[in-house]
Amino acid sequence: MARYFTDEHEWIDVDGDNATVGITDYAQGQLGDIVFVELPATGTMLEKGGDAAVVESVKAASDVYAPISGEVMETNDALEDDPALVNTSPEEDGWFFKMTVGDKGELEGLMDAKAYKAFCDEL
Amino acid sequence: MNSPNASGWKPEMTPADGEGPETLTGNRALMLEEPLIFELGNAETTGVDFPIEDGTNASLGNVVETVIDEVFYRMAAFDRRDSIGLPGLSEPETIRHYTRLSRQNYAIDLGLFPLGSCTMKHNPRLNEKVARMPGFADVHPLQPVETVRGALEVINELAHWLIELTGMHGVAMSPKAGAHGELCGILCIRAAHEARGDARKVILVPESAHGTNPATAAFAGYEVEDIPATAEGRVDLEALKARLGPDVAGVMITNPNTCGLFERDMKAISDAVHAAGGYVYCDGANFNAIVGKVRPGDLGVDAMHINLHKTFSTPHGGGGPGSGPVVLSEALSPFGPLPYTARTKDGVVHLVEEETADAFSEEHFAGKMQSFGRMTAFHGQMGMFTRALTYILSHGADGLKQVAEDAVLNANYILRSMEDLLDAPFGASGPCMHEALFSDAGFGGGLSTLDLAKGLIDEGYHPMTVYFPLVVHGAMLVEPTETESKHSLDQFIAAFRHVTERAKAGDEGLKQAPYYAPRRRLDETQAARKPVLAWSEPEA
Repeated sequence: MARYFTDEHEWIDVDGDNATVGITDYAQGQLGDIVFVELPATGTMLEKGGDAAVVESVKAASDVYAPISGEVMETNDALEDDPALVNTSPEEDGWFFKMTVGDKGELEGLMDAKAYKAFCDEL
Repeated sequence: MNSPNASGWKPEMTPADGEGPETLTGNRALMLEEPLIFELGNAETTGVDFPIEDGTNASLGNVVETVIDEVFYRMAAFDRRDSIGLPGLSEPETIRHYTRLSRQNYAIDLGLFPLGSCTMKHNPRLNEKVARMPGFADVHPLQPVETVRGALEVINELAHWLIELTGMHGVAMSPKAGAHGELCGILCIRAAHEARGDARKVILVPESAHGTNPATAAFAGYEVEDIPATAEGRVDLEALKARLGPDVAGVMITNPNTCGLFERDMKAISDAVHAAGGYVYCDGANFNAIVGKVRPGDLGVDAMHINLHKTFSTPHGGGGPGSGPVVLSEALSPFGPLPYTARTKDGVVHLVEEETADAFSEEHFAGKMQSFGRMTAFHGQMGMFTRALTYILSHGADGLKQVAEDAVLNANYILRSMEDLLDAPFGASGPCMHEALFSDAGFGGGLSTLDLAKGLIDEGYHPMTVYFPLVVHGAMLVEPTETESKHSLDQFIAAFRHVTERAKAGDEGLKQAPYYAPRRRLDETQAARKPVLAWSEPEA
C-alpha cells in the first residue's frame, strides 16, 4: 500500500485497484474545529481535481477535491455523527471515502510523504 | 495610549480582577445577569388586560360557543388543554429584560464597529425622525392606492436617485436585503436568456466575490465555477476570458471586492462577458466606497443590488430590516419584478401590479415589460425607503461623494497606520477602498486571528471581520466607514496595535481573552455541532 498527497492537502492510500481518501493533518490544523462533513454518494463518478466532498469548520466551508478519477465505493459514516474525527485522527479514523482507481497513471503527479512535508514547510 | 480617563479627574474603574466576593444575584454592580425570558415569566402575569364582555371567556384555549345568524358554532378546534409555554410578563418586566440584554451587546451607537464588508455606519437621527412621521409610519400596504400617493412619490423619488447614482436604466425596489437582491438580479438574467430561448447553465464567480454570490447562483439553478484571483487580489481577466462561452449565463463580481480593492478591469470584464452573450451582475454591497465617484452603468454592469442598510445608512444588523433594491441595465429592465412604480407624463406616479402590468406596459413601454414575477408580497421596505431618501436628500450629490471619499480615506488611514506592524497582503496593490485587509503572518506562540479578535473585545471594540476573505490566511477585514473621526480612528488604532503587539510577542494571556466580557470564550464548535435551538422547561 502506498500513500500519496495532493497540493490541495488530500491524502490517498492506494491498495491495488482500490483507494482511501481523506484530508491531511496540515489541512485539519488550518481549518480548525470541523463541524460538518458532506460526503459524496456511493456510486458517484469522480473526476481528478473535481469536487468530491465539503468540509465545514468554525472558520469556513471548503471543498475537498478528488485526488484521482474513479467511483466512490464507500463513505465513512462515522463522520456524520462525529465530524471531530477529522481533527483527532485525520489520516486514519477520519478518512472520507473509498474509491476505485480509474487510471493508475494519474498517481504519478502526486507527492509522497517526504515531498508533501517539504511542500507544507514552504507554505 | 490615549486612555478615555487621560486627565485622571476621576478614579479608575474597578478592575474585574476576580478578588471581590461572589454576589448572590450573579450581578456585578452595573453588569447585570439576565435569565431567558422563558425563565422569567409565569402563566398568571400578562402585560395587557382586555375587558371581558358578558357571555364570553377571555382566556385563550377555552371552548367558545356562539350563535351567529341562527347557526350554533362550537369552536372546539381552539380547545387547548396544555400550556403552550408563552412567558407571561408585565410591561416593565419585558422592557427591563430587553434593556438589560441590550447592555451586554455592542452597537454602532456605543462605539466604532470595524466589521469589514458589513458597513456598520451611523444611522442619522434625521432619518428616524422622518420615518416616524405618521404619514409614512402608519401606511398599510393594503390601503387603496389613492390614499398613499405620498408613499409612492417617495419610492419613485428614491428609485430615481438610485438610477441616477448608478447610471443604470431601471430599478427593482422590492427586494428585502442584499442576498434577496442578488437573487432578483440573477432571476432577471435567467429571464432574459430564457426570453431569447437560450438556456445557459453556468455562472462564474471570482474568488474575490462575496460568499453569498455562489449561493445565490446555485439557488437560482446555476452551476457555479470559480475564477481565480491574481496575486494582487483582483479578478484574473485572462482566466475569466478563457472560461467564457455559450454555456455561461453571466458573471457575479463584487466591486470593490472583498480584498478591499477596486476591480480596475471591470469594463474589460463586462465587454468580454457581453461579447460572449452573458450578463454582468455586480454585488453592490460595497457601493459606499464609490457612490458619487463611479457609475456602475458606465462599467457595463447589467444588474447590481444596493444595500440601503449599508450605503444609505438605514439600520443594520438587528436594528432594522435590510433593503436591497436592484438597479438594472436597459437589457434587463424589462424582466424586473412586480410591483414597480412609474411616473407617467401627467406627473402621476402609478403602482404597476399584475392586474395592470400588461396594459401599462403596452401603453407606456410599447409592450416591452416581461416581468419574471414577484420577489415579495408588497412593495418593499417602506420604512427603509424613507430613511434612505432622507439620507440622500440631506447629503445631496456633493455630500454623497464625500461619503465615499471619507470612507476610503479612513480605511487607508488604518491600513497605513498598521502595515508596519501587521501584514497587509495587498498593501502594495495601491490604496485600498473602504476596507483594509490584514493577515496573521508573524503572530507568535501559536496565536491566531481569533485570539487577536477576542483581545479587541477586552479593549472595548467589536472585532473586525475575521477569516474572510478566504484568499488571505487568518484574514482580518477592517471597515471603519465615514462615520469615524480622526480621534476615534486613532483610539481604535492604538488598541488594535496594542493587541497586535501582544499577538506577535506570543502573549499566552491572549488565548484566554476576553477576560472582561459578560461571557468568556463560548464553545463555537459545540454550538455548530450540536446546536440547542429551542428552550425547553427543565424537568422538575
